[in-house]
This record gives sequence, C-alpha cells and structure tokens, in this order.
Amino acid sequence: MTTAVQAVPLRAPLARSGVRAARRGLVKLATAILVLVAAASVTFFAQLLVPGDRATAILNQQTGRAQRWSAADLAPVNHQFGFDRPLLVQYANYVAGLFRGDLGTSYTQHRPVTEVIGDEIVPSLVLTVAALVTAWLIALAVILLTAKRNRFVSAIGSTWEALTASLPPYWIGVVLLVVFAVELRIFPVIGGTGASGTVLPVLALAIPLAGFLGQVTRDEFEKVLDQPFVITARTRGMSDTAVRLRHALRHSVLPAITLSGWALGALLSGAVIAENVFGRPGIGQVLVVAVNTRDVPTVSGIVLVVAGVYVIANLIVDLAYTLIDPRLRAS
Amino acid sequence: MTVSTALEAETEDADEQVPLLAVDNLRVSFGGREVVKGISFTARRGRCLAIVGESGSGKSVTARTLVGLTGPGSEVRSDRIELDGLDLSAPSERAWRAIRGCDIGFVLQDALVSLDQLRRVGDEIAEPLRVHGWGTAASRARKAVDLLDSVGVPEPAVKARQRPYELSGGLRQRALIASAIALDPKLVVADEPTTALDVTVQAQVLDLLAEAKARGTAIIMISHDLSVVARLADEVAVLRDGEIFEHGPVHEVLRDPRHAYTRALLDAIPSEHTRGTRLVRPAQGEDAPRRTRRPIDRGRPVLEAKQLSKVYRGPDKVDRTVVNDVSFQLFAGETLGIVGESGSGKTTTAGVALSLIAPTSGEVLLHGEAWSTLPPRRRRPLRKQIGVIYQDPLSSFDPRWPVGRIIVDALAMGHRPPSSRSAARERAVRLLEQVGLGEQHLDAAPLRLSGGQQQRVAIARALAPEPEVIICDEPVSALDVSIQAQVLDLLTDLQDELGVSYLFISHDLGVIHHMSDRIVVMKDGRVVESGAADEVFHRPRHPYTQRLLTALPLLARA
Amino acid sequence: MTALSLAPAAVRLRVRPATALSLLIVALLVVAVLAPAVLTSRSPNAIDLQHTLLSPSLSHPFGTDDAGRDLYTRVVYGARESFGIGLGATALAMAIAVLLGFTAGLARGIVDTVLTRILEVAFAFPVLLLALLLIAIRGPSLATEIVAVGIGSAPGYARMVRGQVLHVRQARYIQSSVALGHTWWAVIRQHLFPNAMRPLVAMLTLGVGQSIVWASGLAFLGLGVAPPSPEWGALLDAGRVSITTSPWLEIMPGLVIVLATLALTALGRTLQHRLEGAAR
Repeated sequence: MTTAVQAVPLRAPLARSGVRAARRGLVKLATAILVLVAAASVTFFAQLLVPGDRATAILNQQTGRAQRWSAADLAPVNHQFGFDRPLLVQYANYVAGLFRGDLGTSYTQHRPVTEVIGDEIVPSLVLTVAALVTAWLIALAVILLTAKRNRFVSAIGSTWEALTASLPPYWIGVVLLVVFAVELRIFPVIGGTGASGTVLPVLALAIPLAGFLGQVTRDEFEKVLDQPFVITARTRGMSDTAVRLRHALRHSVLPAITLSGWALGALLSGAVIAENVFGRPGIGQVLVVAVNTRDVPTVSGIVLVVAGVYVIANLIVDLAYTLIDPRLRAS
Repeated sequence: MTVSTALEAETEDADEQVPLLAVDNLRVSFGGREVVKGISFTARRGRCLAIVGESGSGKSVTARTLVGLTGPGSEVRSDRIELDGLDLSAPSERAWRAIRGCDIGFVLQDALVSLDQLRRVGDEIAEPLRVHGWGTAASRARKAVDLLDSVGVPEPAVKARQRPYELSGGLRQRALIASAIALDPKLVVADEPTTALDVTVQAQVLDLLAEAKARGTAIIMISHDLSVVARLADEVAVLRDGEIFEHGPVHEVLRDPRHAYTRALLDAIPSEHTRGTRLVRPAQGEDAPRRTRRPIDRGRPVLEAKQLSKVYRGPDKVDRTVVNDVSFQLFAGETLGIVGESGSGKTTTAGVALSLIAPTSGEVLLHGEAWSTLPPRRRRPLRKQIGVIYQDPLSSFDPRWPVGRIIVDALAMGHRPPSSRSAARERAVRLLEQVGLGEQHLDAAPLRLSGGQQQRVAIARALAPEPEVIICDEPVSALDVSIQAQVLDLLTDLQDELGVSYLFISHDLGVIHHMSDRIVVMKDGRVVESGAADEVFHRPRHPYTQRLLTALPLLARA
Repeated sequence: MTALSLAPAAVRLRVRPATALSLLIVALLVVAVLAPAVLTSRSPNAIDLQHTLLSPSLSHPFGTDDAGRDLYTRVVYGARESFGIGLGATALAMAIAVLLGFTAGLARGIVDTVLTRILEVAFAFPVLLLALLLIAIRGPSLATEIVAVGIGSAPGYARMVRGQVLHVRQARYIQSSVALGHTWWAVIRQHLFPNAMRPLVAMLTLGVGQSIVWASGLAFLGLGVAPPSPEWGALLDAGRVSITTSPWLEIMPGLVIVLATLALTALGRTLQHRLEGAAR
C-alpha cells in the first residue's frame, strides 16, 4: 500500500512533462500544416489576379496571339483545368489535391506540375543545404577568430562581414566562375551536379549568407563576452579560446539559428539564380521558363514546395532552439 | 558578535604568521587615468580582510587585479604582490591560468548572471576541476555533488542536474561559492557576494564564507555594505578614490574610526538610531540635526487599501497569488513603510496602489473615494494626486527627453499647469533647485547624470503635479551609502516642508526603520505584521519578522 | 579614427571616413535618380557603331558595349530603376509593416495572434519567388516589381516592428507616463511610436540595399523591365556573354551594385550603433 502511494508522486511529474512535450510537438505540427494550407490558398487565389479570363490567357500564350476567343474555343480549356466549376469547389479540390501530392496541372505543358518539377528539385535542395552548412562554418570561423580581439583584427572581421553580406550572389557567382573556372581552370565551367560542379555555386550562395549570419552573431558574441558568467569562467583558469567555445558560443548563436529557418527559404530562391549563372540543372531553369510562359500552376507549385521546405526548416529550428536554450522548454 | 571575540583570541597566533598574500604599493591605471593609487594590504590564513568603498573607489578593480583580470587597456604596477611565496606582479597569462581557480578562488555577485544559465549546475561546479586536470569525468561529477552538499544545498544530486535559474537565489549563490572553492584554494576573493540577496539569505552566505575561513582559507571580501562586513571581517580597509583612508581591525574601525570619511560613511547608514534625524551632518563631530515634523493627521487616510488580492495566471495554467488579502492605511503627512524580501508582493502592491495594475479583488481608496474601481477616463484627472519614484530612475525616463522636458511634461499634468512656456521653465528651475539640482540641468540628458542626480530628477518629476501621496518603490536601493543618505534626507526634508505622505517600499530594514512612522511586513503576498515602527522592530510578534530582524547583520555601535 | 568636423561649431558632427564615403555614394545615387543629366551628358540609348566594345578610358569611364553605348551613362540612368525600385519597395514594405506591426503589438490578444499567424504564412514566401509568381501572373513591369518586392519584404519588417512595440510597451517610462495621467493616445504619440521606430530607421537603409539586390536579380534572370532598359541587373545579364573578352561590361555594373549596397549597409549599421548608443 504505502510503496504504491510513494511511487506515484515520483513517476507522475515525469510522465506529465513527457505528455506536455508531446502535446506541444503536435500543436506545432498542426500549425505547420495550417501554415502550408494558408500559403497554398494564397497562391490559389493569386491565380485570380491574372488579367482577364484565365482560359483566354492560356490560349493566347499557347498560340502566341492576343485575341478574343469564342466560347467554343474556351470550353475545352475551361473543362480541362476545371475553371467551369464553382470557385469554392476548385479551391477545395486544390487543397485536397495537395494532400495527395498533386500540385495542379501546368498551363503550358499539360502535365501535372509534380512531373514538371520532378527530380529537378533534388539538386537544388542539395545546393541549398550545402550552402547553409558552408555559410555557418565560414561565419563561425570568422567570429571565433576575430570577435572582440584587438581593434585591428575585429575591424577586419566586421568589415569582411559587411562586405560579403552586401554582395549579390549572382555577381559573386560570375566572378568566381571567371576566376576559378575560366582563368585558373580549377573547376569546370559547366559542372553539372557532381562534386566539382557544386563547389562554386555553393560558395556563391554561402559567402553572402555567411556575412549576414556573422553580423548577427558577432553582435551577440561581443555582448556575451562581457557578461559576468564569462568572467567567472576565466576566474576558474579557462583559456580565452575555451571560454569562447564552451560558454560564449552557445549563447550567441541563438539569433542566427532563428534566422536559419528563413535562410533556407531564401537560399532556395537564390539557388535559382546560381543555377542560372553556372548552367547547373535544377528547378531554376524550370522556374524561369515557367515565368516566361506565364505558367502559373508550375510557378505556384515551386513556391509551395519552397514554403514547405521553409516550414519544415522552422520546425527543426524550433527544436534546435529548445535544445540549446532549455529555458524555453520550461515555458 | 561572538565570531569577532573568538577571533580576538587567535589574533596573537595570526600575527606570528607570515601573511599569505602581501600587496605593496599597487597602482592600476586605465588609459593614463590612475584608478588605484598605491595601496598596500595583506591577507592572512583563516582571516578575512574586507575592502570597503563606494562606487568608483577602485575596490572591484583591485579584486580583479588579484586574479589578473583587470581588464583590457589596464596598466598594473606594484612594488610587490606575493601569494605564499609566488610572485604575482607580472605573471604570464599561462601562469595566471594555473593560479586562477586553483590557488585563488573568485566569487562574483549575483549568481543569476555569474553562472552560465545554459549549463547544468554540476557542470559549472566541476569546471575548475576539469580545467586543472583533476580526476575523470565521473569522479568530477561526484565531487561536484559533494561540494554542493558541503555548502548546504539540499538534494545535491538533483540540484546538480538542474540549471542555475531553476534554483532559488540563496542556493544559486551557494553553488557559485562551491565552484570557487572546488579546488580548496588558499585565498578566496569575494566581490560583493551578498548584494542582491535577501537579508536572510545574506546571513547564510556569510556563514558559509565563515566556515571556509575557519578551515584556514584566507578571504578578501569587497563590499560597500559596512554592516555585512561587520559580520565576517577581521580587518577592514576603507578605500576612497583609489586610496586607503583607514585600515585596521574591524571593531576598531567600525566603533571608533579615525578618519572623517569613515565616520561620515558610518553616520550615513540609516537605522533605528537615526530616526527623526537627518543623515548627512553639516560638520564633523556635531550631532545629527533633528527633523521638524508636521503633525500627522490620523483622522484622514489619504490612501487606503482594502483586502487587495492579485492573482496571475501563468502560461502553464497555474494560478499564482502574488498579493493576498493586503490592507493598510496611509495617513496625511506620514510615511508608511512596506518591508519584505523578494517575492513578497510589495512591488505588485505598489502597482495596485497606483492603479497601474488592476487588483483581482479588493479596492484602493484615495482620500476616502473610489480609486481603483474607477473607469480609466474618470481616474486620469485624479492621477495628479499620487506620484511615484522607482529604484531605477533612468528606466522611467524617455531616453530621448532632456531633464527639462521630463519635468515640464509632469507640470502640465498637475494641479496648476503653467500658463506659458516661460512660466513652465521657471517652475521647472524652481523644482530642480528644490531637489538640489540647478538650472544648468534643464537641458541635460538623464543618461549623463549620476545615479543620485537621476533620482533627484525623478523626485522633482514626482513633485511637479503637487501630489499628496508619493509611492517610493525601493528608491535608494541602487545608490551608494553616502548618496543614499542625501536622497533620504531630501525625501524627509520635502515631507517636512510640503506635508506629502510616502508609501515607502524597501527590503532594507535599516532604511525602513529610519524612514517610517508605521510599518507593514509582507511575506509571500501576505501582511504578517503591522504597527508603529518601534513596536514592530523592538517587539516583533510574528516569527518571520523576528527571523528578519535577527538575520540583519547589525553593526555593534556604542 | 580621425574625426572630420563638418559644419560650423554650433552643429558638430563627428564623422568617420567610412561613413562620409557612404554618405557620398548614397548622395550620388540620389542625384542619379533625380537628375541624371548632372552626372552625364550622353544618352543611355545613343548607339554609336563606330565605338563598340571599347575598354574603359577617360572619355568612356566604364567603356562601351556591343552597340557603342557608353556604359557609364547606362549605369547612371539605370540607377533610376534599380535604386528607384529599391526605395519604392522599401517604402511600401515599411508602410505595411508599421500598420500590421503596431496593430499586432498594441492590440495583443486575439488580434495579435491572428496577425502573427498571417505574418508567419507571409514569411514562408521568399521575396524573389513571390516576385516571380507575381510576374508570372501579371507580366513583368515596374509596378509589379515594386509591389512584389514590397509585399515580400514587409513581413520581415512587420515582425521587427511588432517586437519593438512589445518591447517598448513594457518600458518603465511608458508606465510613468500613464501614471502622470496621460491618455493612451498621448502615450503612444509621445513615447511609444518614436521609441519603437527609432532602431528601425537603420533597417530602412539596409532594406533599400537588399531590395536593389533583389530587383537586379530579377533583371538578371531576364524578368525585369523590358530591354533596352539599362537596369543594372539587365546590364549584368547582358555582360555575361562577353565576360572573357570585354570583362568591364560585367564588372562595372556589378561594382556599382556592390558599392551601392555596401554604402547603404554601412550607413544602416552606423545609424544602428548611433541610435543604440543614445537609447538603452
């Protein structure tokens, strides 16, 4: 009897906190899905912004002529894309389709958008993730080496970051291409998706992001290095490097981690440009063609995929955040 | 008091010993400006030297210099700094790293910011062990738990796995001390180890340091609080502007100081002995001038709180009762002191009294009329009757506004708004003069003023609308003793001159006893005791009040 | 750092060389947008087949392109579009951000929750892709670009505005003002708004720089305003082909973009530090 009563208080708090954490996780997941659906709704209703009637626009694009079409001409187009159904039904079908993995049908290629995007998305994702990791490594290295040392070194560090953060990725891309591929011939000009073809595009994307992340983290880092607990660490006999790595770093990366979720989305769109500069396969080509031919479903589809990546990245960032700063777990 | 007498017996032994730490003619300057101007002192095993001074005296710089952390841009010169035969006048950084934590332990103030909040307490305590290559990871973890136990932390194994913010203030400070003494250093330097702590917790921390002292550790304690020093120190050195003005055994310095500065410092400490007098004496040796008080009208409460309660709902859906059935009355012309430790609900009570926070139940009456129950629109014109000053005056000023604008803004909301800009300016100048500032401060940015000056501006602003009640929320807690005395004198002068009533909130018993006519003691949101000041202090009825009074590190004064 | 003192002693500015340079560059940009004829006497579309593909010289500081057009002049006139889009988009973004951010920060409760969720959704759209979507729908035009970049960058600013409003809202001086008896509206006008917006001024300059990069990016992809518009990104796109033979066609416009963005960023950072130092 007594042992059972004693056992309950010990176990209950642990179970409760586990249940709470699970519930929070589910809420986050549900919110993420809602965000995606909302984003999809935005892209869906954005289609209605197409000037004039959608069927007319499609036919004009196809034939290269701008004219008014007879009802008989428009009818099959309307039927094919479902424009003849009530708007709400179209919307419902669209959202339902999303859950099935169906992103609609391309206006120009008459294929499902998922087919059009197809495998092209993979090299772009590879490029994006590699760029994010590289950016972090560069940013951290610069900060650890240059933050809050003597004036000269610190100034070099922050100037470097300001400089690189302002560089347009396409410009860096072109410069890198000319210097390393054309002149020095270290890397191939048209590299494809292999390792050697990925280095330069990754650098073109990573360098400006490293500058930006670095700026944000540097501010935090310098503030943190003045905090009392850092002094305490020094009074224990820790070396400066150890203090930076073991204490200051953890505190100062928090804002940059929050930004990484956003950065992933931005990188993916930057990948579009990088692929253009380096002639690298990926969704960049698909996207530019789609925009030029006013193929709205394809563009929307790509935008949604990117939004999806962003939402997932944010979920991961949230998780990383609570791992690093447990104070958030408590609230 | 028994501590000091016990040590007197050992004084003869200690005198025979060679001092553990000897510092001769220490000079520290920053960018050409000398901050420490040639001081000399020693620390002996099993004894505590207290270095006392106000802000800017150079005491913290001295403490940091003892571990080689004076700071960037500093120049340290001395004739001798020797620790147990080791020359510390110019060791390399590598040599310093071997000494820090191992031969010299350092304790900073406020463990909340002095411990890494993102790491476990056990890891923080084990860090000096790891840095100096002691044991294995497992044995270090065990030693950390033992250390926590030795400093009196209950459930040490559990606490070691928690993070600093999960511990209470007192336990945190003990953990900080544990990490400083982990390797049993010969010398412990404590820089304001009891500041920001509640009185009861202060006593515990001082006892902990006394235990270390009894084991033979030498202690150097930096403090601005003379009464804290009286409890632990054997020797006192009074530092002012980088020079030692007075130096001697603690009971000598505190009972019969030779230097005028020390004497003035001691006189400036508010306590029951200073009630009814001004703290700042016009000239040395003279008695403190008595106040000429106005009669207190006990028929008419200007502010009345009736059964106030405030309940907050936390994010985890748990209700926290911060203020629980609190009632009091403040009469015209008197000072009602509210004393309590952190978490007692006194600041929330102040917020409710000001009607900035709505009570969950109960009400506040102003001049016998509804105050907290009024709709905001009807209450606004009445706000000129009640003013407020805070512990941190700078945060209560718009960072973009100069002093003049701050005061004129308050004048415009008062009983007699000025009719023109020149009239407003004139009245602002008069207000500034009334609080001991001058016309030259009208265009000053508050950021550039000293703490005492900022508080004077806050007082001027509070006075501008000509209120009858001013709520003072810890107004002097962040000030040096001498500045504190000036501000308290200013407040009492204004009360004697204008008849304004104060609701005075503080955790400092001495200040409360000096200022208050009647006192309310709060704990955990409740009023545990109330009555006339002398009654509460000399004949406390509630066990909490009694504990509060005995924890107070009293000065043994003649 | 050496201190340059401009203006009479009554108004003394201590300006570092880097800041002075940034101000100069931005001033030149503004002149290029408002009165390009001041900076160059030629016309951006003046074809001169006698002098094609000349490398930089005194008469043609940036050289000429394959149609003999003076590159420097084209860059100057291109500022109108690039910088103009940057300014327009940022202004639009700020207007939206202030509206949404202040409403969310002041109202709190359900209004705040709903607005924050909306911002979250909006945030999921990268600026460039949103712009591409709008261009796919409406076709490329100046207005589309400004609206696209403006709407796309607004959520980021709105979040910052909201954060600032929440932060300032709990400041002691707000409480003090209320305790004096000011109306809520007076408190917002006198204290909340000015103090919340202060740090964001720095954001504006940074934002204009970013918008320029995005707008040029669109032009680089061939989706900017139609040729022969000398928009900087379009110049970069055109210059790519001949980069090994006539590198100045690619390098010069790129340098201008970099310098413009750098100057704006540096200015923004200086403002940020100045304001942070003055406030708390």
